[in-house]
Amino acid sequence: MAEKILMKGNEAIAHAAIRCGCDGYFGYPITPQSEVMETLMEEKPWETTGMVVLQAESETSSINMLYGGACCAKKVMTSSSSPGISLMCEGISYLAGAELPCLVVNVVRGGPGLGTIQPGQGDYFQAVKGGGHGDYKTIVLAPSSAQEMYDFVDLSFELAFKYRTPAMILADGIVGQMMETVELRPIKPRISNEEIIAKYPWATTGKPQNRKQNVITSLAMDAAVHEKLNQNLQEKYKIMERDEVRFETVNCEDAEHLIIAYGCMARICESTVEQARKEGIKVGLLRPITLFPFPTNEIKRLVPQLKTIMSVELSAGQMVEDIRLAVNGKVPVNFFGRLGGIVPSPEEVLDAFKQSISK
Amino acid sequence: MKEEIIIAGFGGQGVLSMGKILAYSGIMQGQQVTWMPSYGPEMRGGTANVTVILSDSKISSPLLSRFDTAIILNQQSMDKFENSIKPGGLMIYDPNGITRKPVRKDIKIYSIDAVELSNELGNSKAYNMVVLGAFLSKKPIVSMENVIKGLKKSIPERHHHLIPMNEQAIKVGMEKIEEK
Amino acid sequence: MDIKDIIKPENRVYGKTPLLTDNVMHYCPGCSHGTVHKLIAEVIDEMGIQEQTIGVSPVGCSVFAYNYLDIDWQQAAHGRAPALATATKRLHPEKYVFTYQGDGDLASIGTAEIMHACNRGENIVVIFINNAIYGMTGGQMAPTTLIGMKTATTPYGRDPKLHGNPLKITELIAQLDGTCFVTRQSVHNPGNVRKAKKAIRKAFENSMMDKGTSFVEIVGTCNSGWKLSPVQSNEWMVENMFPKYPLGDIKDI
Repeated sequence: MAEKILMKGNEAIAHAAIRCGCDGYFGYPITPQSEVMETLMEEKPWETTGMVVLQAESETSSINMLYGGACCAKKVMTSSSSPGISLMCEGISYLAGAELPCLVVNVVRGGPGLGTIQPGQGDYFQAVKGGGHGDYKTIVLAPSSAQEMYDFVDLSFELAFKYRTPAMILADGIVGQMMETVELRPIKPRISNEEIIAKYPWATTGKPQNRKQNVITSLAMDAAVHEKLNQNLQEKYKIMERDEVRFETVNCEDAEHLIIAYGCMARICESTVEQARKEGIKVGLLRPITLFPFPTNEIKRLVPQLKTIMSVELSAGQMVEDIRLAVNGKVPVNFFGRLGGIVPSPEEVLDAFKQSISK
Repeated sequence: MKEEIIIAGFGGQGVLSMGKILAYSGIMQGQQVTWMPSYGPEMRGGTANVTVILSDSKISSPLLSRFDTAIILNQQSMDKFENSIKPGGLMIYDPNGITRKPVRKDIKIYSIDAVELSNELGNSKAYNMVVLGAFLSKKPIVSMENVIKGLKKSIPERHHHLIPMNEQAIKVGMEKIEEK
Repeated sequence: MDIKDIIKPENRVYGKTPLLTDNVMHYCPGCSHGTVHKLIAEVIDEMGIQEQTIGVSPVGCSVFAYNYLDIDWQQAAHGRAPALATATKRLHPEKYVFTYQGDGDLASIGTAEIMHACNRGENIVVIFINNAIYGMTGGQMAPTTLIGMKTATTPYGRDPKLHGNPLKITELIAQLDGTCFVTRQSVHNPGNVRKAKKAIRKAFENSMMDKGTSFVEIVGTCNSGWKLSPVQSNEWMVENMFPKYPLGDIKDI
């Protein structure tokens, strides 16, 4: 059996990166995710796997280092928290426009502005609707345990390279700071430069005589070319919506009510559902694992059996908008959220839920 | 079995590491565990607390509003968590610096003078292990053998020579806990 | 003599390097960019490192450098080329990696990136074109615009009280421990073209010696932006730019 280690979600990100063949990490310290780079520096992967780890001068620089590394089809990643991600959004837009794979981890804190270092989920819109300028999306995975923090690093790289797109892990201060047992997966070696040339012929690996030059850019001055580029992106997003939706359901078979929550709030709501079931209320939990693509069809599938839905978030109500789009007015969609870094207890959610179904 | 514990005190008292050793001991015992700290800009001297859950089954919420056990190591934590203990639950507190004693009648309350006991052992850093011993005497949810294994996992190898001293501190805590 | 006799290979005294593509350059006649592109292409060709070279182009007039130099290119966001080059060189230490940046890109929006890349001593080459104006966006003030110089955003001349002072960024770069070679060149006459080429070659050679960053400033002309003819521009540059931005090596370790 693989070794189980007690570690923080943030530490799991770092260990997973080293063990899944990541080529480079570029980041800038910010609470509550600094353990990611601290763990990498402690582990010194440049002496073992050859992975590059660099503390950059800013988040702006970090994301552009990712752009450079991704141009070479290297597995590159960064991690940050909300204000830092805002700074990176320009770069993420360029990466999406140039169709480059990379991983950005956002351990979300409360905003807006400098906000609070306590947990939040107020970056949902920024993550799933693009974040930077232009019509683009990133694949967004929302872990709710330290094990998923670990597992989603490799999964994100797989998806990012499959679709040539930035992928994001949208975590939160709780999932990042909490320690749980993590099972380390088998080591994947970094892929060689020769394999990169064979697998990713678009990469800037140096132009040999026998191929045309590779140019990576998001610039297209010709309107027709630029429209085509945009249409290709949209095609890609449609395929993701068809093939890459991931979610988890708990107690949904006979549910008359549904709570939808992701990340740390899904863990808290799972306790709420357990308590409500003990009181005889038929309620289930849907946990979106991919926030883009969103489990719209699963929500639609459940709607006929439901009397109410409640979205529970550490925000003023963001994911609830996507739920309402999926439900299209067929059942009432309620919302419960806390702000400012306050995390509601399972009992507080239960009270809000019971109130919402008695309306 | 499911035990939901809050450990609360000052930063520097070893609150977080006590929680980590307890969590690792749970893993050694084959249990599911979560360890969720309060985190903030405070370093030394600020308040710190950690929620530790050990369970035979999957743990859903890592954050709780009510606890089976509260281990309370300063007055602020007494004020904050006395009323969060489930009826019939357990409180263990260090009387040093406690100006307002607990008043609950529906819970079991014990005290452990871990400052003095760890000083008697000749190592004030064993403070948190004395407290851990006191807890384990009332809630033997993990065996001593697994606690030692947990210690080995959570302490860097260069400090493994300190494990016998820590074991002794746990035993002292187990013996010297007082009912209030 | 017949034309066929004239173009015989043995009569050839000059040939365009194949590293320069046949694309018609979008640069204005008289612009320095074309000359500098040619020098870089020749250096890469002469060193035989086409397959080992990765260029990073900026935002500004030279955003399209990739159309003219037949190598692999990454096109960066405005000012961020040194960040791309940092990651590329660290992930590919066996490659020659260079950035090509203008004064707005390098000395204004990208100040943090260039300072820190040079301070870390990344083993890259930086080619910095300083023509004291924003070309592509239509002749606005650059950080290197001279006092009194008229631009689209300083129509009455650059006034330090209103617009700040010209930034001698190359002198600042030379202060950084991470740089090994910092020089200022120009390409306004054949003698200086030869010197500039020598400097560019040295910079490329340095990048495999683990010595740190090599930084080559080229003081250039923007006759469209300066609203002068190419010949007048060269004269104006010698008279006005060189006193503020004197040519020569600032640092060579």
